[in-house]
Amino acid sequence: MSKRNPDYDFKWCPGCGDFGVKRAIESALVQRSTEKQESVEHTVMVAGIGCSGNLVHLQEGPQPFGIHGIHGRTLPIAYGIKSGRPDLNVLIVSGDGDFLSIGGEHIGPQAKRNLDVTAVVMDNGVYGLTKGQASPTTEFEAVTPTTPYGKLDDRMSPLETYLSAGVGYLASTLSTQVKQMAELISDAMDHPGFAVVHVQSPCTTYNDTYAALKGNAKEGIEPLAFPIPDDHDPEDFMAAVTLARTGRVPVGLLYRRSDSVPAHERLRAARERVGVKQLSVDEILTGMAI
Amino acid sequence: MSKNLVVRFAGEGGQGVVGGSEILAAAAAQVGYHVQTFATFPSQIKGGPAWGQASISTGPLLSGGDYLDILVALNRYAYDHNVQELREGGIVIYNSEDFELDEGGRAIGIAADQLARESGNPRAANMIVIGAVAELAGMPLSYIEQFVTKRFSRGRPGDEQIIEGNIKALHMGAEACKGSFSLGSPIEDPTPIEGERILIKGFEASSLGAIAAGLDTFIGYPISPATTMLTFMEANLHGDDYFVGQSSSEIESIAAILGAGYAGKRAMTSTAGPGLSLMGEGLGLAWMAEIPLVVANIQRGGPATGLPTKTEQSDLLVSLNPGHGDMSIPVIAPGTVEEAFWAAAAAVNWAERYQGPVILLSEASIAERAEDILKPDLSLVREERRTVSDGSVENRRYEGDGVSPFPVPGGPGAYVANGSEHDEPGDTTHLPDVHVRMTHRRFNKLDVLMDGDYESERTDAPVALMPWGGSKGSARGAYNEIIEEGEDLGWYYTMYLNPLPPALLDELRAKELVIVPELNYLGQFSRVLRSMGVNAQSITQYTGLPFKVGELKSSVREQMRAESGKLARV
Ligand SMILES: Cc1ncc(C[n+]2csc(CCOP(=O)(O)OP(=O)(O)O)c2C)c(N)n1
Ligand code: SF4
Ligand SMILES: [Mg+2]
Repeated sequence: MSKRNPDYDFKWCPGCGDFGVKRAIESALVQRSTEKQESVEHTVMVAGIGCSGNLVHLQEGPQPFGIHGIHGRTLPIAYGIKSGRPDLNVLIVSGDGDFLSIGGEHIGPQAKRNLDVTAVVMDNGVYGLTKGQASPTTEFEAVTPTTPYGKLDDRMSPLETYLSAGVGYLASTLSTQVKQMAELISDAMDHPGFAVVHVQSPCTTYNDTYAALKGNAKEGIEPLAFPIPDDHDPEDFMAAVTLARTGRVPVGLLYRRSDSVPAHERLRAARERVGVKQLSVDEILTGMAI
Repeated sequence: MSKNLVVRFAGEGGQGVVGGSEILAAAAAQVGYHVQTFATFPSQIKGGPAWGQASISTGPLLSGGDYLDILVALNRYAYDHNVQELREGGIVIYNSEDFELDEGGRAIGIAADQLARESGNPRAANMIVIGAVAELAGMPLSYIEQFVTKRFSRGRPGDEQIIEGNIKALHMGAEACKGSFSLGSPIEDPTPIEGERILIKGFEASSLGAIAAGLDTFIGYPISPATTMLTFMEANLHGDDYFVGQSSSEIESIAAILGAGYAGKRAMTSTAGPGLSLMGEGLGLAWMAEIPLVVANIQRGGPATGLPTKTEQSDLLVSLNPGHGDMSIPVIAPGTVEEAFWAAAAAVNWAERYQGPVILLSEASIAERAEDILKPDLSLVREERRTVSDGSVENRRYEGDGVSPFPVPGGPGAYVANGSEHDEPGDTTHLPDVHVRMTHRRFNKLDVLMDGDYESERTDAPVALMPWGGSKGSARGAYNEIIEEGEDLGWYYTMYLNPLPPALLDELRAKELVIVPELNYLGQFSRVLRSMGVNAQSITQYTGLPFKVGELKSSVREQMRAESGKLARV
């Protein structure tokens, strides 16, 4: 929306990984509109607070609805949006700090409800917007303004966290792989349930991991990222866990739960099963007659 | 003969003391008495001191009554800690299986459990006690028999035996204290009451008021004394148009109802102090992004975990400003069970009308008490809906200096609902003039909420009494007595605490003194009134219990005397 708003005073730094994520989302939304004959206004983008969440204002092309709220609360806001409006396509855009640190408490409950939303998490291993402090995914021993002796906390493994929380669709990719990311995001939006697309999206200013992800044969740097082998079965949970535990960055679809029944379907089915009649306020009050 | 009867059942949590008082009240209501119940619970599940009280009257009840006519004490502790409130000439019924009293003449021991076993129904101990209470109070047993018969005629096999068993227990209880002694003045027969009456608790009234006004989404996290609204909604909303859910925290509750409100729903949560504290940031977002929602905050006592099961009115200031930054959250505080219905309906409507968060500020003593009221006339309930954007002011959600059309996702007018300062389309902007313009816009929106009504009496009196919330009943009791004694004292009352009806505020500003009885230490409402140019002084109490009429009356008179002394010196 920034094109209409010359006063918007935020810009991503040159080379920021989030540019790639923006392009992938734009393309996935256009594709969805055409394929499903669904207006873009049927999509709601729920944005976290961080450089990453600002994507909601920088998005170009057909404009979805957006809500840019408070730090860490994308999932509960999405839960409320979907509660009475399962027809809406809800897409979360968040960062590693927003989603995994302050908002980490919400992953488990929404995964267990199997909320039908897609979260795109831009992991740059740092708090970008607040200028470079350590985040849960910052490397162990990394020196940042809040870790002067080097980070003492172990690095969190987000992919393992999602899997153990019960996330039913999990993809991991790189901000440089725009085309593949767009496909994964489309696929995740089609998945009937909670889906996470976790993107390594380097912060060129505070934590530039491009070289580490890609590797550099000349300098003898092994790439952190590796493509998920073709013979990986995404319905095999333990195989997904093994990929998540490599300590590296698998690229592709790790896991897709085949028996996914989303939250709103569970409620609908339960109501049908129990078959309780809805009484009117008048009938309830009459039942209290003296 | 007497017009009122106050009976307290005191014992331990899990002994059915609250149930006992509720059965007695329901039975009395059925034969045409006015009733009110009140209870205090321990915060543990089994054990811990608890009591339930039934106040029964031939006329409308303002409060639960200051003194007990009959105290049922199931253990020594219950006796020791409640007997002070027994009126002179009152009677104690004690559980003689647990302890002995040598209270020359005004105490009677009953072995309720043993008698219940003898009656063939070991669970009928409450009925034994109620039989004894009725006998001592001079209330015909037929009243209670009627109730028992109605309650257990559910068309199930065995109903008849249950009815018979309970009636037998009732008579055994009455028999056990026949000829001992009785209350000096037995309660008068009830006079029939006109109209369709219901017996309803405060939390039920506020839940139903909200549903009647069109509420369709309720998401909450359990916390005393607000859980009952959540479970009521879960038990009563089943249709396709409704969503009720248990959240994983109050942070999730507020964000979720905000999401629902954003998506076009009329959404509500219920909570109490600790939960409200966690909702501060989310309420600020609702104010900033202009999202309709209602938070029912059922006040308990104290900061932190405080007094979870007691009553207090100490969340007014935090309700007005629950979060950081400039905001002024609309607050509606019911003073009676009946008002709880209308206040909740008004809260839903206000949220829709001004497109922002509203706090329904209730309290434990209202939420948990049962009262007989006339069935609310549903034809009087309004169902307001926000004006939805038709997309004609494309992408300019925050256009203008007041309420503007609301774009609903799925429809036209896509925008970013923004918690950062933003311009008309909802994009983040930190320019000084935009912050000024949007701040004005948000405060201007309160102008559409100036329609709250209020009560006023003796408006010429220089000194006025103005309670708020659940202190209304005791304050009215005290007021009536003061007026009967020939004093001149004005009366003002409203549920609409923010924004206050402007005409009311004008009247209050003209008073020499406005006396505000309230259940908190700081004198929160009088602080607010003083900040608005009203010379208000509080009478405070912070025991976790409601005001007693007699005590409040003396405090009001004392303040009146001090004020007239001051005037005389001038
Ligand atoms: C409640 C609260 N605490 C702290 C902040 C300050 N804050 C803004 S963004 C941010 C971290 C963002 O990190 P991340 O989610 O990784 O986003 P990035 O900027 O790296 O994309 C913090 C701590 C805030 N806005 N709100
Ligand atoms: S600080 Fe880092 S994350 Fe933020 S815009 Fe700049 S490069 Fe991107
Ligand atoms: Mg980050």
